[in-house]
Amino acid sequence: MDRYRSKVMARHTNKKRSASFNGRRHLRLDSWILRHLQVALASLGRLARSPFSTLMTSAVIGIALALPAGLHLLLGNIQQLSGNWDGAATISLFLRQETTQQRVDRLVKEVRAKQDVTSARLITREQALEEFRRLSGFSGALDSLGENPLPAVIVVEPLTETPEAAEAMLNALRQLTEVEFAQLDLQWVRRFHAIADIARRGVLVLASLLGLAVLLIVVNTIRLEIQNRHAEIEITKLIGATNAFIRRPFLYCGILYGLFGGLIAWLLVTLSLSLLDSPVARLAGLYGSGFHLQGMDIAVLLLLVSGSTLLGLGGSWIAVGRHLNEIEPS
Amino acid sequence: MISFDNVTKRYPGGYEGLSNVSFHLEAGEMAFLTGHSGAGKSTLLKLIGLLERSTRGQVRVAGRNLTRLKSRLIPYHRREVGMIFQDHRLLYDRTVFDNVAMPLIVAGLRHNEVGRRVRAALDKVSLLDKEKVYPITLSGGEQQRVGIARAVVSKPPVVLADEPTGNLDPTLSQEIMRLFEQFNQVGVTLLIATHDLELIGRMKKRILILRDGRLERDGSIQV
Repeated sequence: MDRYRSKVMARHTNKKRSASFNGRRHLRLDSWILRHLQVALASLGRLARSPFSTLMTSAVIGIALALPAGLHLLLGNIQQLSGNWDGAATISLFLRQETTQQRVDRLVKEVRAKQDVTSARLITREQALEEFRRLSGFSGALDSLGENPLPAVIVVEPLTETPEAAEAMLNALRQLTEVEFAQLDLQWVRRFHAIADIARRGVLVLASLLGLAVLLIVVNTIRLEIQNRHAEIEITKLIGATNAFIRRPFLYCGILYGLFGGLIAWLLVTLSLSLLDSPVARLAGLYGSGFHLQGMDIAVLLLLVSGSTLLGLGGSWIAVGRHLNEIEPS
Repeated sequence: MISFDNVTKRYPGGYEGLSNVSFHLEAGEMAFLTGHSGAGKSTLLKLIGLLERSTRGQVRVAGRNLTRLKSRLIPYHRREVGMIFQDHRLLYDRTVFDNVAMPLIVAGLRHNEVGRRVRAALDKVSLLDKEKVYPITLSGGEQQRVGIARAVVSKPPVVLADEPTGNLDPTLSQEIMRLFEQFNQVGVTLLIATHDLELIGRMKKRILILRDGRLERDGSIQV
């Protein structure tokens, strides 16, 4: 009985204690957030008091980030464009010489009926000869042959997006008995994709290098800021400020530089794209395409801004770690 | 409250700032620390505020052994030791109010509490009407009083002053000393380094005299 009572009491007091503990924790969390908010605002105020130098630093970060961001976007646009071209890749089926006209006509119908074929066009042997005669300038030589050496060709336009699917289709069509030789005009698409891969890798390398540059810019800026506020840091340490307290405004400063830099980069890229858009559209129009440059979507924007903010935080963290401990009151 | 036990401070290069200094200051005591320039007055104060650590011997403040205190705990120790400097060490890009509020903000006090306490401290040093002013516009005596308000605003049990009247005329010095006496009356332990012998002779308090880093005399002797 006694045991039970003490158990209940223990539970009771535990409950009470944990409730008050949680309450205090809650309060402290509130004031912790409040304090961070205050420091963030104070850092913003400090940056706003020297708008020119703030703008300079942010602009340098912005330009450094705008370059890879803009290239990435341009690459995306080119790939989109090439995506349109992939679909336009055609398969040429060269038919056997001995295939009868009747059989050829039936084959064209068969190919047209396939699900993944947009269109199929027949070039008869006579048409091919006519075209060859017109374009090659060997008309005399052809006449002397006495017989038309050219096969009939079916030009198939596949309904596919990727080169791989087009290739699969090529292999399927190659199985047809009447087809002597099938060719997919994809070589240039492959080359283009390879070049795009290199370009993408290049953008990645460039982005890494410029990201490093941004980091160093922030490190240097914060380092100078720490030097400028040497006396203040010393006095604050004298009156009992913890390192975390002293660190905080500098970290927020770095975060804000990164944030502003990211936004400036976005602005620069958007401006440049809008400048390029109308001449690009005009050029595309000349090729009979309604192509328009795509702007930055929200995911890329978020990546850019959060990335530059992180770089700002990282840079200021490095600067603070290296230089804040050197300052000790004397 | 403050006790030194055979404390030696040797600087790199072999120079001894303090040699085998021992004394004990009770809680609520007020004492002067004097001696020629370079006798070790500032070094002694720095050891109490943990601006420096002793090479040998033990320094204890408010029951804490400073020799063993972890670096990460130094800020919390300094919050219990108010320090006043000859050159005031104010922040000249902040108002008097903000300067005095710093120890409270560092300690994480709430906004309304900060305002209340800062005004109380400024009232004590008769600078309540200057709270919005920048320190650069104040006279030397007024700046020193801002420094004093900052040192006592968080009500630390120990207050150290390093030549607090160094640049002040006798009347102003007298005023500052009267302030210190008032703090002492409410129980603050004070240790004041000065070479103004005339001033401390009048105060009839305990006097510690340093010579070449050694404690030469300790007592309430008339100098």
